[in-house]
Amino acid sequence: MSSLTDQKYAPGEHPDLPPPPGSIGVVGWLRHRLFSSVGNTILTILAFFFLYKVGNAVIFWVFTGATFTGDTQDACTQGGACWLVIGDRFHQFMYGLYPQEEYWRANIVFVLMVFAIAPLLFDKLPHRGMFLIFSALFPFAAFYLLSGGWGLETVDTANWGGMLLTLVLGITGIVASLPIGILLALGRRSNMPIVRTLCVCFIEFIRGVPLITILFMASNMLPLFLPEGVNFDKLLRALIGVALFSSAYMAEVIRGGLQAIPKGQYEGADAMGLSYWQSMRLIILPQALRIVIPGIVNTFIGLYKDTTLVSIIGLFDLLGIAQVAVADVKWRGLAPETYAFIALLFFISCFSMSRYSLWLENKLHTGHKR
Amino acid sequence: MSNTNVQTSKKTDEVAIQLKGVHKWYGQFHVLKNINLTVGRGERIVICGPSGSGKSTMIRCINRLEEHQQGDIIVDNIELTGNLKNIEAIRREVGMCFQHFNLFPHLTVLENCTLAPIFVRKMPKKEAEEIAMHYLERVKIPEQADKYPGQLSGGQQQRVAIARSLCMNPRVMLFDEPTSALDPEMIAEVLDTMIELADTGMTMICVTHEMGFARKVADRVIFMDAGEIIEENKPEEFFNNPQSDRTKKFLSQILAH
Repeated sequence: MSSLTDQKYAPGEHPDLPPPPGSIGVVGWLRHRLFSSVGNTILTILAFFFLYKVGNAVIFWVFTGATFTGDTQDACTQGGACWLVIGDRFHQFMYGLYPQEEYWRANIVFVLMVFAIAPLLFDKLPHRGMFLIFSALFPFAAFYLLSGGWGLETVDTANWGGMLLTLVLGITGIVASLPIGILLALGRRSNMPIVRTLCVCFIEFIRGVPLITILFMASNMLPLFLPEGVNFDKLLRALIGVALFSSAYMAEVIRGGLQAIPKGQYEGADAMGLSYWQSMRLIILPQALRIVIPGIVNTFIGLYKDTTLVSIIGLFDLLGIAQVAVADVKWRGLAPETYAFIALLFFISCFSMSRYSLWLENKLHTGHKR
Repeated sequence: MSNTNVQTSKKTDEVAIQLKGVHKWYGQFHVLKNINLTVGRGERIVICGPSGSGKSTMIRCINRLEEHQQGDIIVDNIELTGNLKNIEAIRREVGMCFQHFNLFPHLTVLENCTLAPIFVRKMPKKEAEEIAMHYLERVKIPEQADKYPGQLSGGQQQRVAIARSLCMNPRVMLFDEPTSALDPEMIAEVLDTMIELADTGMTMICVTHEMGFARKVADRVIFMDAGEIIEENKPEEFFNNPQSDRTKKFLSQILAH
């Protein structure tokens, strides 16, 4: 036991000392995380060996052994991937069956889309107000550009496809499902019995049914109930199906967030005289949504990938058009290349969403402990 | 506590709050039993009593955080009924500080203070910020205006909560155990703020166990037990000459240490 006299420093005068060497920095990290014992050292070496083997094989297939130039499948002789099919089919992957001479319209929509989405994602953008007006107008502009009329050649929505269709479905679904989900979540927690019952029924019905069923019903059964001659666009029906489906999931994610807000926050807002909608908009939802960002983005990503199911009702989204490409007799046995490319495109979209959500979580973190 | 002289009462004959025969139940449990209380404008009232005696429930009925089932509550000549308009009107005029502060953690201290003036009173942002800074100076933390509540100590948070309520320029302030979640070091700074507030003539109802505060500031001390008002008296009388056995027992317990 040490007594006061054993100490090198007088009480109250102990200086801040640096940590012992080797416990911090790269060396400390390596020792602590990778080589902390004999067993762990062996596991580390085995893992590196495994990564080396797999990595080598992947690099050979994707890069060093792959064929990038040539016109036909006969050029692919090196044993790796035959990427020629991607180049040949690239336009279809992007635009589906959209008429070739009208691609420029889709391209304009892609570019405008970036400007329409940016202000929704970043609140520090200069002139954000003006951009937001543009964002609100964008859906109408995009619809006009893509479907035509009034001077532009009409393109049937059945011909929209590939990445274009996936983005249209995904973004519309995401943009629609969040507000609908919020309303459903608030409705489910409402004191008004009719509102609550309606919301519960809607959520439970939609969640209890597979998306394919909903798409199929929207596509094939809805026309049976509508009067003769009334006909919704097939794409519109798919859009509504996807949006309603994901809004039911969204509602439950958001309800989780609402329940995590302490009662004191509701009381604080009430005691100050805020109305119900003011306290929801200013106090409760900003906190609740921040808590469930991971869940919301999870639902977004799920929704984005679920759009591939529209191929069931005869729409050719990114995956649907890939299946057409795989069946092409000109390029035989190239399914791995095609699906790898499609997977890459999906991965880029979904990974971006995931990174954005992490960034947003960090930004909104105000160090609050309640 | 900075000064020790007894505050002079600003009590007037005008009635600020009136509770007449108020009853409340939680399910089968009878929490408030025939509460009758009249609070004059400028009067400072301290409510004490053992936990579960209904003191918090009673003051939470005054701004309708809890609903009473029988009797009348009249605040500032407005009767508290199910009418949403009346409830919102009363809440605008009645400020409240909570045991756990209930600051909004996603907003800065300044935004916490300006929110209600801007959205409830429809005040221009600039004016609301000036008023907020004025009250933050009064509770002696103007330098924290741009921080988030999570970055402040408990005592600072409670002072922000007081400033936030004052920004609405309320006619009545309710305090629901404002110091019971605080470390001893921080209780004094909050009580000082409350004493200064009392000095300005604010009508105050405080649920608290700070008997020093009650002696110094209160016009009347009310003792509640099992949902009833057992005794009410001037502080000296209440502490030196309690009438009921229940009050004597409570005081002996609370003052024993």
